[in-house]
Amino acid sequence: MKKFTTTLATLMILGSSTLFADGHKVKVGMITTLSGGGSGLGIDVRDGFMLAVKGNKNISVITKDDQRKPDIAVQLADKMIQSDKVDVLTGIIWSNLAMAVVPATVNQGKFYLSPNAGPSKLAGKGCHKNYFNVAWQNDNLHEAAGGYANSAGFKNSFILAPNYPAGKDALTGYKRYFKGSLAGEIYTKLGQKDYAAEIAQIRASGADSVFFFLPGGMGIGFMKQFSQSGIKIPVVGPAFSFDQGILKAVGDAALGVKNTSQWSKDIDNNANKKFVKDFQSEYGRLPSLYASQGYDTGKLLISAMSKAKVKDKDKFRDALRKADFSSTRGKFSFDKNHHPIQNIYVREVIKEGKILTNKIVSVGLKDHSNAYVSECKM
Amino acid sequence: MTSILFFEQLLNGIQFGTMLFLMSAGLTLIFGVMGLINLAHGSFYMIGAFSAALIASLTGSYWLALLASLSGAAIAGVLIEIIIIRRLYRRDHLDQVLATFALILLLSEGVRWCFGAFPLYLDIPENLNGTLPILDDIIYSKYRLFIIFMGLLIAAGLYILITKTRLGVRIRAGQNDRQMISALGIDISKLYTIVFALGASLAGLAGAMIGAIQSVEVGMGEPILILAFVVIVIGGIGSIKGALFGSILVGVTDTIGRIFLPEFLKVFMEPASATSVGSSIGSMLIYILMALILIIKPSGLFGKT
Repeated sequence: MKKFTTTLATLMILGSSTLFADGHKVKVGMITTLSGGGSGLGIDVRDGFMLAVKGNKNISVITKDDQRKPDIAVQLADKMIQSDKVDVLTGIIWSNLAMAVVPATVNQGKFYLSPNAGPSKLAGKGCHKNYFNVAWQNDNLHEAAGGYANSAGFKNSFILAPNYPAGKDALTGYKRYFKGSLAGEIYTKLGQKDYAAEIAQIRASGADSVFFFLPGGMGIGFMKQFSQSGIKIPVVGPAFSFDQGILKAVGDAALGVKNTSQWSKDIDNNANKKFVKDFQSEYGRLPSLYASQGYDTGKLLISAMSKAKVKDKDKFRDALRKADFSSTRGKFSFDKNHHPIQNIYVREVIKEGKILTNKIVSVGLKDHSNAYVSECKM
Repeated sequence: MTSILFFEQLLNGIQFGTMLFLMSAGLTLIFGVMGLINLAHGSFYMIGAFSAALIASLTGSYWLALLASLSGAAIAGVLIEIIIIRRLYRRDHLDQVLATFALILLLSEGVRWCFGAFPLYLDIPENLNGTLPILDDIIYSKYRLFIIFMGLLIAAGLYILITKTRLGVRIRAGQNDRQMISALGIDISKLYTIVFALGASLAGLAGAMIGAIQSVEVGMGEPILILAFVVIVIGGIGSIKGALFGSILVGVTDTIGRIFLPEFLKVFMEPASATSVGSSIGSMLIYILMALILIIKPSGLFGKT
């Protein structure tokens, strides 16, 4: 009799677990940078994503730190796909890591939702039906900066970016829209912190403006050193050097600088208001654009899960493609190559009380897509 | 590409070199005296910067912050030497590398627990902000001149310490023959603690001075550590003089190469490819330099053969 009840109990447990595994559950593998330089970005993406999926019992998330190293990211992705059996991967911040992980992941039939990196190769020839970018194509924010430079009357820009895929996309993006001439063009070392040599070149070049893309800690050093150098020409850049996480470290050197972003905390819509408020009460700090990207990625995933089961790949993909969620950015849709069509804003760094933050000045590019759509054969 | 620009870049290279010297002096001293390969040296750079940022935010004084960086890193150095490093002197180099690598992870994670993952704010003092005209047309950042000055001051101080004081005699004796010096009745473990703390505090000072113009964040020490190792290999392991010359050589080569190589390549290449090829070779330049020097002098410029 006892044996019978145990067997029955076992059967019931088995039964109930198959009952739950009915395909509505989604296992997410998040590979992002949580330690070392640039970990602020990964932490913001993770926190934004976790806020979006908070309380959703059908989503389980495994988070792992890639230490900003491509080889480690590849190992983590292999492990998550093969032994953890995740359905969806997300989280990667850096384009060189994305290039190492994404193609293999989507070719194994997994979905990859990018909350940050959007290298041009994955938007054009290397696009894939299972790859969705919820942030931007890398060039986008820089294109808006180029557009802003025209309207601000800049004629001769000095441009610099780190020597890695996103850095090249950045300068390409700026040059695509900027109509003036270039006083100089430099690729710096990835992770470089000292820009004395570059600033001396800017001084000698006779430029009337500087465009720079130096994400994370790299930009902190550049802005501080540039403002100490006494060079008085205006600076413009993408939001990556002026996000909420690092403004505090840059200090007043950033005040008044124009930067371009697809998100800002003062975009006026209900989803964004709720996000900013919830994020602050959950984590006790203001969200950055990275956090908003993580959050939108989570909301996109939830919207697709309500329409289709993740095992039914074609239906799930169609559900993702519809992007039927209220984005913190307001209007949001995917173009044919699964990259966003959205507004890119021009923001200015201001002081709210004692806290440095950004406010929107104008819409830089309206309903902007990317230059690689036609190259993508999907 | 004018002579003014060249001179300014030369100064930038020297400034970078003096900062590298602060790091590599401690590293080479610790290796020379104790025979210890200390991968965690970059962590003292970070600890110095975070101590400085903490004190600067509490008091608002940069000079107190500099003092805090010296003492913060020295205290951390003493504690870590007594608790962990002391057990490693007799081990072989692989054990030392493993243990001090573990220390990097522990200290980085510890600092993140205390201060969070986001970079801290540390600014230069008001009276060193801005630029100074040196010669007719050359203007240069006051703060960077201050770094050069501090670096040279410390180099002079170390020279006096090593050659003119009793502690210096002991350090030199320790470098030459460890068993003999302890046989002569000198408290070797105290000497080791002092040398380790001295090296740590120099690294901490470098971290605070550089943190003020770059960023104070977790993991800031490791990129510098790699360069500091290149410096001491070029200069000859264990030699302070070698560390000084090696630092300036690496600093100047890196800065000048990074800027003028792309310009030079533009003479016979398209500008776009010259920029990307030039910057790639530019970032390899110091390693090429290291390889060349090691071919000619396998134990470094001032190393014992």
